[in-house]
Amino acid sequence: MSEQRLIDLRPAGQGRRLKRLVRIAGRTFGQVIGLPDYEAYLAHHRANHPEEPAMTREAFYRNRQQARFGSGQGRCCC
Amino acid sequence: MNSLLKKLLWLALALLGAGALAIVALARGEAVSALWVVVAAVCIMVIAYRFYSLFIANRVLGLDPARRTPAYAHNDGLDYVPTNRYVLFGHHFAAIAGAGPLVGPVLAAQMGYLPGLLWLLVGVVFAGAVQDFVVLFISVRRDGRSLGDLVRQEIGAFPGLVAHFGTFLIMIILLAVLALIVVKALINSPWGTFTVAMTIPVALFMGIYLRYIRPGRIGEVSAIGFVLLMLSVLAGQWVFNSPTLAPMFSFDGRSLTWILLFYGAVASIMPVWLLLAPRDYLSTFLKIGTIIVLAIGVVAIGPPLQMPALSRFVAGGGPVWAGSLFPFLFITIACGAVSGFHALIASGTTPKMLDNERNARFIGYGGMVAESMVGVMALVAASVIHPGVYFAMNSPAALVGTTPDAVAQAVSNWGFVITPDALTQMAHDVGEKTILARAGGAPTLAVGMAFILKQLIGGPRMMGFWYHFAILFEALFILTAVDAGTRAGRFMLQDLLGYISPRLKRTESFPANILATLLTVGAWGYFLYQGVVDPLGGINTLWPLFGISNQMLAAIALLLCTVVLFKMKRQRYAWVTIMPTLWLLVCTLTAGWQKIFSADVKLGFLAHAAKYQAAIDAGQLLAPASSLQVMGRIVFNDRLDAALCALFMAVVAILAVYSLAAIRRALLARGPTTHEIPFVPMAPTVP
Repeated sequence: MSEQRLIDLRPAGQGRRLKRLVRIAGRTFGQVIGLPDYEAYLAHHRANHPEEPAMTREAFYRNRQQARFGSGQGRCCC
Repeated sequence: MNSLLKKLLWLALALLGAGALAIVALARGEAVSALWVVVAAVCIMVIAYRFYSLFIANRVLGLDPARRTPAYAHNDGLDYVPTNRYVLFGHHFAAIAGAGPLVGPVLAAQMGYLPGLLWLLVGVVFAGAVQDFVVLFISVRRDGRSLGDLVRQEIGAFPGLVAHFGTFLIMIILLAVLALIVVKALINSPWGTFTVAMTIPVALFMGIYLRYIRPGRIGEVSAIGFVLLMLSVLAGQWVFNSPTLAPMFSFDGRSLTWILLFYGAVASIMPVWLLLAPRDYLSTFLKIGTIIVLAIGVVAIGPPLQMPALSRFVAGGGPVWAGSLFPFLFITIACGAVSGFHALIASGTTPKMLDNERNARFIGYGGMVAESMVGVMALVAASVIHPGVYFAMNSPAALVGTTPDAVAQAVSNWGFVITPDALTQMAHDVGEKTILARAGGAPTLAVGMAFILKQLIGGPRMMGFWYHFAILFEALFILTAVDAGTRAGRFMLQDLLGYISPRLKRTESFPANILATLLTVGAWGYFLYQGVVDPLGGINTLWPLFGISNQMLAAIALLLCTVVLFKMKRQRYAWVTIMPTLWLLVCTLTAGWQKIFSADVKLGFLAHAAKYQAAIDAGQLLAPASSLQVMGRIVFNDRLDAALCALFMAVVAILAVYSLAAIRRALLARGPTTHEIPFVPMAPTVP
């Protein structure tokens, strides 16, 4: 159900398949620890606000880190 | 045929669970394998998830898979993002899991393993998981609003303010008790102190790496951070053995307190990307990894439980914490069975990411069940070590003495026969000078974990490594909690101060931030210091206060759930939340009352204060106080703790009264009166 679309549509060789797997694992890990998926954001942004420039990867991570930790919420302390 | 097979399988699972529980409960004399505890817990949890949570989902709440969730309604690619349910489960679990379920069950083991195990199981099935699930559901149906907003909306503005104030107080006590656990673990422990201190430069490096060198490469930087952490655990042994370095990392309780206070103040003002965020990533990985390894260890080794099923302290009089089984067991194990703090998470980021209402069951109920399993693991780890070691580590020096001889004598007199040599040997094995008077759960858990993990990997020579790895693992997320909690406390305080002067509410104002930070750190620091200098160890006083406050928050969350069920006109099923609410109210109020008014000086704050006040009036010095001035401070702190306890009880009482009024209004109304956002069908194609 989630928007985990793969941008990579090139034919998958053995090495590339492994690389893709690693990337998916990395993205999943990131989401689990509270770092959302940049690709999903980009896909969403392109689909819904094509006229506005999207945040760069760096800006996106800064924005998300600040939102998660800067608000003083987001995780249980006990 | 197929459904018959399924029924038979569930029946077999139920019988296996019941059999395992019977083995664990009825063991008298001979040691039982810890494996049976795990089997019983898993069976009961799986059955409860399959049947009870499904009942709640379908009958009580009426989850609607066709209803659009906030993640779709407000999808912005940032906060509101429909997320795969397994990913969200991991995310939610990482957010709710902390030090709480690791500490409470360890402390509860003083009554034997059985009471703690039963409460963990019954508590999670009927209270904790229900609370997380229903709060998540309520929040999802209201655009992912926070607990404070929900209370304000569904119960009233004044109770909302009271709940807000109560949450701030809980935060203060929580931070004090967590910091105290770290202090207790690190007193005169150069290996531990060095290892924990190294997490700061490691996190700083990760923060800079993640921001400037390779932005967003989270997997990469976590792997580097993990390797650096393991190296610092290994290097800690070298520090411990070095005659020049060891004294540099050897601190007494007071010095550690000041270091932690300084750390808390500075860390919570620093930008989040530099220290807080990278360390949180690291601690999350480590947490999930360690829990899995520990579970594998318990299953693969199946160590026998050495703690009796019921110890002699069931009726009270235990050295670790005062009071009898009811109500204090239910206060001591807070997180792991039911934790009010989870209501803040279940109404935080998770509801904004839920891709379908139906998955609230898996994430809310299932997430808490997983958390409870962590508590069971901690209980197992505390119960596989020799009970003599357990009581030697957790009894205050004022009660059992300070030398291995005195402690072994005192503990043996309780029936847990142990020699002084065994205590010295254990300290030597784990790479410490002493393991005595290390109350607080973390060191005990570390010994238990080291005992299990050394059999899995490394053998006896690795015991010191595993012990300090476990200390690091706990200290890592306690420090994250201290940092994040001070920040959260600061925001809450600024919100509250905003009622006095709007200028103080401005979170972007530097002076206002500094003021609120110092006030927050000062508040938890006061209780931390009080705990550190307390001759009875501090945990004795602070842990019950924390337990009472956390259960109080859970009671508030469950009151909200009950009110909402009545407002939905589903009062037929309201017993699902009324039952745990009443139980928590009875436990918290009884425990609070006893902590304030009990005539037993070990239990009642006021009785203890009166004893010292009478001695002051007579001009007598009461051991272990060293001067009349110290005695005066003890009296003041006792009265302060009593006042705090009374405040907690008042908060619950106010919320209960307002909730009853809201329920009455809901019953008088003709139709549903909730503030749910109207039904919108899930779009057939995902945008």
